[in-house]
Amino acid sequence: MADAAVQRMGWDPAPRQGWVAPHIASEFPGLGIAWVEVDAKPGRSPEPVRSRLRELSDRTYGAQAIHLRERPIPWAYRVFYRQIGLDPDRTRTPVEQMTLDRLHDGGFTTRGLPEDALNIAIVETGVALRAFDADRLAGQLCIRDSAPGESLPGAPGELASGTLTIADGERPIALLFGAGGEGCGVEQTTERLAVAAVQVKGVPQIAVEEALWMAASTLEAA
Amino acid sequence: MTTLLKMPALLKRDDLAGLGTGVDEGQARLELRRQIGRLEGELSQLFGEAFGHTEVPHRIEAISVAPRVLDLGELEAVRDRLADRIAEARQALVERRRLENGNRELVERMLAAPQDFKWVRVSRQDLGLKGCGHWHSRPRLGPIGMLMGWWRVKVSSGCPLFGRLAAVDHQVQTSFRT
Repeated sequence: MADAAVQRMGWDPAPRQGWVAPHIASEFPGLGIAWVEVDAKPGRSPEPVRSRLRELSDRTYGAQAIHLRERPIPWAYRVFYRQIGLDPDRTRTPVEQMTLDRLHDGGFTTRGLPEDALNIAIVETGVALRAFDADRLAGQLCIRDSAPGESLPGAPGELASGTLTIADGERPIALLFGAGGEGCGVEQTTERLAVAAVQVKGVPQIAVEEALWMAASTLEAA
Repeated sequence: MTTLLKMPALLKRDDLAGLGTGVDEGQARLELRRQIGRLEGELSQLFGEAFGHTEVPHRIEAISVAPRVLDLGELEAVRDRLADRIAEARQALVERRRLENGNRELVERMLAAPQDFKWVRVSRQDLGLKGCGHWHSRPRLGPIGMLMGWWRVKVSSGCPLFGRLAAVDHQVQTSFRT
């Protein structure tokens, strides 16, 4: 994917492709994770980013929210949520949560960087994104099930064996579409971000690349 | 003939593999996931179609508190619940359409003979139409029309305009100043 993205977008650094545990990949063909690392610090969003959020708010209506789940990418995430035992009407997919917040708050409210950059990319593409502190990650990101005795950093108790997680080379760092572990997320001291996209069956590769590119370029420009 | 020879073995559930009917659970799970995807799409369409007209049941409780690979039985449960919700949603939509058709006929009969439907009021929403407005069977000239039996169906002029609300705001502000 990395070479293809570089050729298509002239993008440097190119997104990196994580791996999925083979037995998970055989259960969920099309599941994948890709990420890009960006030099960026958390902080207040600059005016262009806030202006973009306002413009997005003007383009997002209630009728769109109702029919969002019929669109291919949000539908693909809803289906995947069902397939892993989650209720997408309770644990919302990222794009549905964003749209619901837009209707509730009357607009996309700024939450600072990197959240605003991720939110813009999520709303524009529908792809699920999340950010980690790149300097605290060990090795490649992957999607795997938890082993007995493993737990999320800083979280009490062990993960139930077989829980689907996003992990680095050493340990699980977040639940797949769930809570993150302590010390792996973005904090005030973060200087380098890893923006990760989780791809599921039905989400085109080009949408994943576009989402990562959009989030990374917004962060770099800020 | 082959089937007849295998009949005794069919009675022993544990011997299914010996019948050449070995079950590949992985394939079965993939097939169930495909069915879940199709049913989720159908339910989403029905939800969108019904929104604003009637409430359709679309919620399905989570099978698990954390994301994990569901087994065959759990996937079947998700699939069956989705199928149930779709059936219920279709039924709700059919009932709603029947009600709307009934209201449409009622409006036609009201327009033909308003005196037979005194004070009956049907809104656009009752007919499944967007926007404000209603059909209201009322007497002409108030009490005189009531005594004389002069009834008519009055069609309201639609939603209030934003300008009206702005004018009210302006009036309120002016009254505060004075």
